[in-house]
Amino acid sequence: MGRERLERYDLTGPENRAAVEAGLAGATWFRSAVPRKRMKELMRRSDAPAIRDTALWIGLMAVCAGAGIALWGSWWAVPFFLVYGVLYGSASDSRWHEAGHGTAFTTRWLDEAVYQIACFMIMRDPTASRWSHTRHHTDTLVVGRDPEINVMRPARLAKLLANFFGLVDVPLAFRAMAIHAAGRLTAEEADYVPESERPTVYRTARIWLAIYAVAVAAAIVFGTWLPLVLIGGPRIYGTFMHIVYGLTQHAGMGENVLDHRLNTRTVRMCRVNRFLYWNMNFHVEHHMFPMVPYHRLPELHEEVKHDCAPVYPSLWAAYKEIVPAVLRQMKDQDHYVKRELLPGAAPFHIPNELTDGRARPLAAAGSSAGSSAASSPAPASDPTAA
Amino acid sequence: MPQWIAACATDDVDPEDVISFEHAGNAYAVYRSPDDAFFATDGHCTHERELLCDGLVMGGVIECPKHNGRFDYTSGKALGAPVLVDVRTYPTKVEDGTVYIEVP
Repeated sequence: MGRERLERYDLTGPENRAAVEAGLAGATWFRSAVPRKRMKELMRRSDAPAIRDTALWIGLMAVCAGAGIALWGSWWAVPFFLVYGVLYGSASDSRWHEAGHGTAFTTRWLDEAVYQIACFMIMRDPTASRWSHTRHHTDTLVVGRDPEINVMRPARLAKLLANFFGLVDVPLAFRAMAIHAAGRLTAEEADYVPESERPTVYRTARIWLAIYAVAVAAAIVFGTWLPLVLIGGPRIYGTFMHIVYGLTQHAGMGENVLDHRLNTRTVRMCRVNRFLYWNMNFHVEHHMFPMVPYHRLPELHEEVKHDCAPVYPSLWAAYKEIVPAVLRQMKDQDHYVKRELLPGAAPFHIPNELTDGRARPLAAAGSSAGSSAASSPAPASDPTAA
Repeated sequence: MPQWIAACATDDVDPEDVISFEHAGNAYAVYRSPDDAFFATDGHCTHERELLCDGLVMGGVIECPKHNGRFDYTSGKALGAPVLVDVRTYPTKVEDGTVYIEVP
């Protein structure tokens, strides 16, 4: 059963079309009713916070890299490279994300510059990953549609654990670069990257491969690992924190539910984690209103929290739920974390067999799932979606 | 046959903002630029069927609330991924405090 269920996540498989026919793709999602005037305040862009945070991010990397180079050959270099690695291999994930939305800066070229740098560091093609993330926002945790479901049912535990050190994602990234450099896309990418955007994907891959080739050549010529510890290597030895943060977003939660309050977590984190993660711990809020810059998400949280399920008080609290849920899903793929909205929270879809979180097979159910009016996502009687 | 339709009062739209307007089953977005000029486009983003009136107006640009796609609302030009198709624009005029748009 596990293999059959995993196959349903394939964007090139029959579940994709079945989800479209069932009305699960491109559906209407819940949004809290925040007054327009307040939303405009929250959506307003500003360069200052992102310039400050980016200067700190790049500056810390430069300092740590400099200290690590100076101390190269001694164990004293290790803590500096550990910090450098986390800033490079983990913090780049949230910069990729925020700059990809175009919400980090007011000034477009600053946003694009940070996006391109972060994409290189996290090894995600800037064009393909932008489209992948666009789909993730349209069809969050919709089986067969969302290309960014990292924890499937059953979870591929070995892959998940290996990716704390990039051991699957990095080889896959180089494979994708090779495919792109040859002027092709992967089959899944072909599902969401428009034709007109594809030449950019190919050009980027060729440039990136040239940079990595120079780094490898420098390592060989000078007989040192240092160039690879600085370039590319942090995506292995410093990437674990982006997995720690990222798994809190959706792991173990309901699929096909069409309500981010039920398939996404908001987790309280300390200032250091929020700097590294650029406030993406307010993830329900981000999915509900992707226009709000990261530095305004705490304020947005105050506006919508009455409509949501209780916030997770810590990373520890989130993982106390995630680990048992994911382990149980290894045997029971109908299991998922059921989120209870706070009393008085605005209702939305009435759960039915399509949207109750189990994500039973659509393709196997045949046309009945797609054609039955009773099975279609049904709005509650008092939807307050904006 | 194109016709001028009263869409809203000028005061209904804040400067550098947008509101929605429906006519004959079609949605339109009516914009007021920072220098008090009025513009109109189709009401939905060309990428996915998302209402632009929930988005953010920044100068002469409207940003879609779902995927942050941007259009120049004065010309309708799509400004980059994920919007690749221009949004249709409509002529506007202001008479006696009312904004009119010319619809086909």
